[in-house]
Amino acid sequence: MVKLREYEQFVGSDVIDELELCAGRLQNVVVQNINSTAVGGGVAEILTRMVPLLKELGVNACWNVIKGGEKFFEVTKKMHNALHGQPVSFTREEIDLYLYTNELNRNEMDLKGDIIFIHDPQPCALVQAKKSSGNRWIWRCHIDFSNPDLFTWQFLKEYINKYDVSVFSAPLFARKLKIPQVLISPSIDPMSDKNKELPDELINSVLERFGIDKKRPIVTQISRFDYLKDPVGVVKVFKLVKKHIDCQLVLAGGGATDDPEGAKVLDDVKEIVENDPDIFLLLLPPASDIEINALQRASSVVLQKSLREGFGLTVAEALWKSKPVIAGAVGGIPLQITNKYSGLLTHSIEGTAFVIKQLLQNPDYAKRLGENGRENIRRNFLITRHLRDYLLLFLSLITKNKEVVYL
Amino acid sequence: MDKKETNSFRFYTRQNLILLSGRRAKNLSELLAGIKAVSPMTIFQHTHHYLIQHEHISPEPPNDFAFWITNALQDKLLGEKIASIDLRRYSDLEEIRAELINLIETVQQNIAKIPHHNSPPGEEFHFMSVRSFVFPTRYSAHNLVEFKECLEKVSVYSIYFHIFEARFHKKDEFDFSLWLSKSLGAHKLAEEFNRLDPYTQTIENLRKTLVKLVINKLERDKNGEA
Repeated sequence: MVKLREYEQFVGSDVIDELELCAGRLQNVVVQNINSTAVGGGVAEILTRMVPLLKELGVNACWNVIKGGEKFFEVTKKMHNALHGQPVSFTREEIDLYLYTNELNRNEMDLKGDIIFIHDPQPCALVQAKKSSGNRWIWRCHIDFSNPDLFTWQFLKEYINKYDVSVFSAPLFARKLKIPQVLISPSIDPMSDKNKELPDELINSVLERFGIDKKRPIVTQISRFDYLKDPVGVVKVFKLVKKHIDCQLVLAGGGATDDPEGAKVLDDVKEIVENDPDIFLLLLPPASDIEINALQRASSVVLQKSLREGFGLTVAEALWKSKPVIAGAVGGIPLQITNKYSGLLTHSIEGTAFVIKQLLQNPDYAKRLGENGRENIRRNFLITRHLRDYLLLFLSLITKNKEVVYL
Repeated sequence: MDKKETNSFRFYTRQNLILLSGRRAKNLSELLAGIKAVSPMTIFQHTHHYLIQHEHISPEPPNDFAFWITNALQDKLLGEKIASIDLRRYSDLEEIRAELINLIETVQQNIAKIPHHNSPPGEEFHFMSVRSFVFPTRYSAHNLVEFKECLEKVSVYSIYFHIFEARFHKKDEFDFSLWLSKSLGAHKLAEEFNRLDPYTQTIENLRKTLVKLVINKLERDKNGEA
């Protein structure tokens, strides 16, 4: 288990000291996290790392998982897609099943926390157990909420408004609500397989395994094969760049085999690639964190040419490795990249090709952007900042509701 | 109470929780309407958070309003004017709000007949506020030597709090210059602290500058100079 002080090597002792200062006011406060899965998915990944760190700081954090049948999770998956903007319709039975499952969990669970911290829509209706003079309730939305399906949003809003506070990952996701909305961005863990330092030999062996030439520049986009990540646009960009600069393109991601749309996207990409030997389409299995880390570290430039994006943590991962990143100005990406200071934001195929050429031919400029980018991630998007925001969120619920709180 | 203790300076730090308002602007008129309506802490957030968020970049990006007007609305002149507001002059957030309104309204009068230019979709301005938590740190100074040592050790958040944020709290106990002048009688050093423009340098550079000023004062004292 990673200890909090091990992060000192990345953020400095003063940041850890201040975490302890914040946590000093939260000793033995019971924070009960509730979500819908113990393993798999981003929320479980965050809680696995966050709960032990909160405990180490003296917060009495615990984590419970709601129970539900297969049909319940089919409904919540539909709900998830609807909140991502897909038009979806629900039957009365589906809505009833969602509410019934929440009610069963409400009756079975010991909702003992001073603070009940509910993650995502699946357990959202547990808030019906909230009593007027009892504990404080947080609803944390981890998903892209920029364009939710109206019916689903109206349905959930009724429950969200019963909470004391809601939390979103990017300003774009804020809605009109009766309760306060807090911005807490996701984070990366510098000690995880995806982000830790790797020896050169390991990076080289990954390149060799995929047949990538380490001596020529590598332009990389890591993302699943999805129209919203614009892989076809990325290949078009690369073809414009390659007219003038000898380089390679790596498009690496998963999700094509079990996703009918993903397979179609991959076919479209293959068609435009036309067997170009300098374009590498890599379908990586789920447990490929080390490979992704190595590919990012071997890259000269990293792209995230998304047309739509949740937060876009692949941007943070690449910036953490001091890579110059070119990305679309969508979702949470502008929080991570201040254009021309810590990376480049582009809006078109031609514009993206132009700045790739600039970066490949001006390594000093590329290096400066990459270094600024890493520093931005170090200060604002590592797990320690995420932890600090959670501590402040908890403090905000147990202190007087003032704009400035003197402790 | 011990005289030394009475005169000590306690270093504070602050951490902010960012609040989303759900209010957005896609053009200058909507930005102006927002600036008029939002809380003082929202004005504070958008004119100051970049200092700590981009603390490592030199030169830093300008404040949020200037950055958005320049990049999303492509109005470089107004963006430059808003980036150049001398924030050091103000100790009240309402004065900063009034200056922002004044600059934007002046531009609007001059371009009244031109249709409003909208930002590209997805690049709207999002108004945000903060809840600020102020904590005493373990660092306190009873004299100039200790003050220098504390300046070298405290977090960037503490330096940021005392230099940029404290004056808006209107509490004497947070004010470096006041303590230097009233408790130590170091009037010249206090004046040097006051004269600095902290908005045009990174906080680490600012820390170095403050430490250098204190060292110079200690050397002057050693040499028996005023």
